[in-house]
Amino acid sequence: MNRNSVNLLIGGEAGQGLVTIGQILAKSLVRSGYSIVVTQSYHSRIRGGHNTYTIHAGADRVIAPLETIDILVALNEETMTLHRHEISPDGIIIADEAFGISDDVSLRVPFKELAKQGFLNIAALGVVGSIIGLTEESIAGTMDKFFGKMDQKTAEENRLALSNAFRWTTGRSVSFSKLPPVSDPPKRLIMNGNEAIALGALSAGLKFYSFYPMTPSTSIGIALAGWAERMGSIVEQAEDEIAAINMALGASFAGAPSMVSTSGGGFALMVEGVSLAAMTETPVVIVVAQRPAPATGLPTRTEQADLNFVLYAGHGEFPRAILAPGTVEECFHLTYRAFELAERYQGPIFILTDQFLADSYRAVAPFDVENLSPVSPGSDPASSSSPYQRYALTDNGISPRLLPGISMQLVVADSDEHTEDGHLTEDLTVRQRMVEKRLKKGKGIRAEAIPPQMEGDKRPDLLMVSWGSTKGAVLKAASQMRHTGKNVSTLHFSQIWPLVSEQFMDYLQGAREVVSLEGNATGQLAGLIRRESGFLIEKQILRYDGLPITPEYILRELTK
Amino acid sequence: MVTIADYGTYETAWCPGCGNFSILKAVKEALTASQLEPHQALFVSGIGQAAKAPHYLNANVFNGLHGRSLPVATGAKLANPRLTVIVESGDGCNYGEGGNHFLAAIRRNIDLTLLVHNNQVYGLTKGQSSPTSEEGFVTKAQPGGVASTPFNPVAVAVAMHAGFVARAFTGLPDHLSDLIQQAIAHRGFSLIDVLQPCISFNKVNTFAWYKKRCYQLPSDYNPADWGAAIKAADQWGEQIPLGVIYRNDRPPFEEHFPVLNQGPLVGRDVDRMMLKEIMEGYA
Repeated sequence: MNRNSVNLLIGGEAGQGLVTIGQILAKSLVRSGYSIVVTQSYHSRIRGGHNTYTIHAGADRVIAPLETIDILVALNEETMTLHRHEISPDGIIIADEAFGISDDVSLRVPFKELAKQGFLNIAALGVVGSIIGLTEESIAGTMDKFFGKMDQKTAEENRLALSNAFRWTTGRSVSFSKLPPVSDPPKRLIMNGNEAIALGALSAGLKFYSFYPMTPSTSIGIALAGWAERMGSIVEQAEDEIAAINMALGASFAGAPSMVSTSGGGFALMVEGVSLAAMTETPVVIVVAQRPAPATGLPTRTEQADLNFVLYAGHGEFPRAILAPGTVEECFHLTYRAFELAERYQGPIFILTDQFLADSYRAVAPFDVENLSPVSPGSDPASSSSPYQRYALTDNGISPRLLPGISMQLVVADSDEHTEDGHLTEDLTVRQRMVEKRLKKGKGIRAEAIPPQMEGDKRPDLLMVSWGSTKGAVLKAASQMRHTGKNVSTLHFSQIWPLVSEQFMDYLQGAREVVSLEGNATGQLAGLIRRESGFLIEKQILRYDGLPITPEYILRELTK
Repeated sequence: MVTIADYGTYETAWCPGCGNFSILKAVKEALTASQLEPHQALFVSGIGQAAKAPHYLNANVFNGLHGRSLPVATGAKLANPRLTVIVESGDGCNYGEGGNHFLAAIRRNIDLTLLVHNNQVYGLTKGQSSPTSEEGFVTKAQPGGVASTPFNPVAVAVAMHAGFVARAFTGLPDHLSDLIQQAIAHRGFSLIDVLQPCISFNKVNTFAWYKKRCYQLPSDYNPADWGAAIKAADQWGEQIPLGVIYRNDRPPFEEHFPVLNQGPLVGRDVDRMMLKEIMEGYA
């Protein structure tokens, strides 16, 4: 039987090198022209625990994580116990013969004969690579690039383990059909959501980034720190999240396009700074990579439960925008857009992502970084009135923003209610005008809101409503249902605030049944839609066990 | 030629007789003596009576949140190292709410001047204890007297080898102005802890109380001697030393960023070829 795609899961303990071989495999697949979606599930520890690295790969475009496993690479016995029931009828298990299993779907590998201790993961990589149809040369090339410079002896052991594994596997008759080769593969990058956010930020002109490490946001900082010197930007690990956002505001005030990133708990500490950004009208992009909460929650798992938190964070009333990427490409483009909005409307703009997307590697077409213009911070001092008034009242609420020290004009920003020239005031008439000025900017933000994406029949039997990282799973589930003759459409939000009901009311009203799908326990988007449009979505499919929503999960829940 | 008039005169919200007036005057004199033009200076402050000071002179100002002026100042200085950055706030702001930022700023040795109006009490909120209030100090919020020992900012800064550590008293305004000038000129983090009476809420540490105890360090005192500095920093009670207590030549934080050798970050183009190269590293 020919297959167009394969879902393979590598499972084991932290410290067994499963992420290493997962990465090399994913990169080799992309280089050979396949599309991938990676799901990483790990415990919050450096050694031990049960971790998995799942790659859904296909010759055609794949968009969603899958639960059904075609190849289970079990680096320990626990992996077999935990995942045996997820294997497809024609799936196989690759495991060490020492595990002593006599299951007929298993490929029992004498790993200790193929590789020395410390290189067993590379032997496993060779076996699975060979089975799915990758060449030894292609994996070896990826491996060399992945490890970079290393001592010759280690490099030789890696190559030997890979080569032995390929030879051993080729000598077996394995009843597993390979992926079809992709001829003339287009140029693809392999990148996860967080790396795309970092790249999108630089393309928009990011010059200052501060952070305090917190899973699953940290890899944004790691990427930006690695590029900072080459890109002429500054990355600073702050003493806490409070310092991180205040530093970013200081840098932005002084003219550097700035960003911070964190997860829910760290964002809780930043909240006062959100309000400060709004009051001082200082541009800042804030990335919140969600994980299950309250409090420390499940640090390394995924959830979509901070929508309301980010929507309402900050004391007082002020405008904001919340962008929620659904793919790695959207991570790039929406981050770029967030910088544009932050600069134009001079305040806090949010990117709401989550652990699943943050860690999910995908094959993406290269971004057009050469032709994207970075934002231009501040206004032209030559065209400003004198004496300069930082908070001059205007029709759209946007005041020309001069930067301190760049001209002779003095720039005064204040967290107190202030006059047009930035000095604190208790004049209550001024107060009223300033509230109105800040809120006017919200009208502009609203007018620019990205409409939700509608796919399928405009008057479907079932309309599935979703936001953020669940995009692929929902599209995939809908497409599978259409194959069985059902009239299903999807309505996906990649901007969740402002929510403009005129953009989607017809779709909601045109469907016979509407179901919302969210990675939280209370249906936060559905609640927001009700508040903004009055439309009640009665059926909700929710997931809050720390795992991403999959097409199988949706189909199971729909038939309940 | 910069004159003190360039820094303007404003009506204030302070109590008549407040030590803040002397500090404001000393700041303006120091800026004038340093020949800094108003647009070259950025004042960052937090919340409290002291934090209002930047509103009463001509300069760039970012008046942020309680306790958070140091991180704002750090970000602004990194974005534009040409700005002379002065952080001005009280003991509650810097040593209480912003304590972690105080430690981090000393560790970074970022080139800015931290001017702390230290009156050992919370003025704006009407008389609660501050981190520097003395043990036993009675307030409405601490009717049995403060049970904690006071924070000694000067000793902490010296212990951490801060770049420039000084103590001043509002009763000696010329001395204060001189210290501010030295702090502005110092490349690295500078702390000036300014002792000042709060005439409304601190009836213990009054002008007379400070005047009786404060003395200027002798001319043969060597602020480069860390051992001597630790001793001087620990001195409090009957005798309180004023002056530059400790200084060193640690390189300022900004020097660790080669990108800042070319000046401010603002207005720099994005190197798109480099960005493309970085992106293609993901192929």
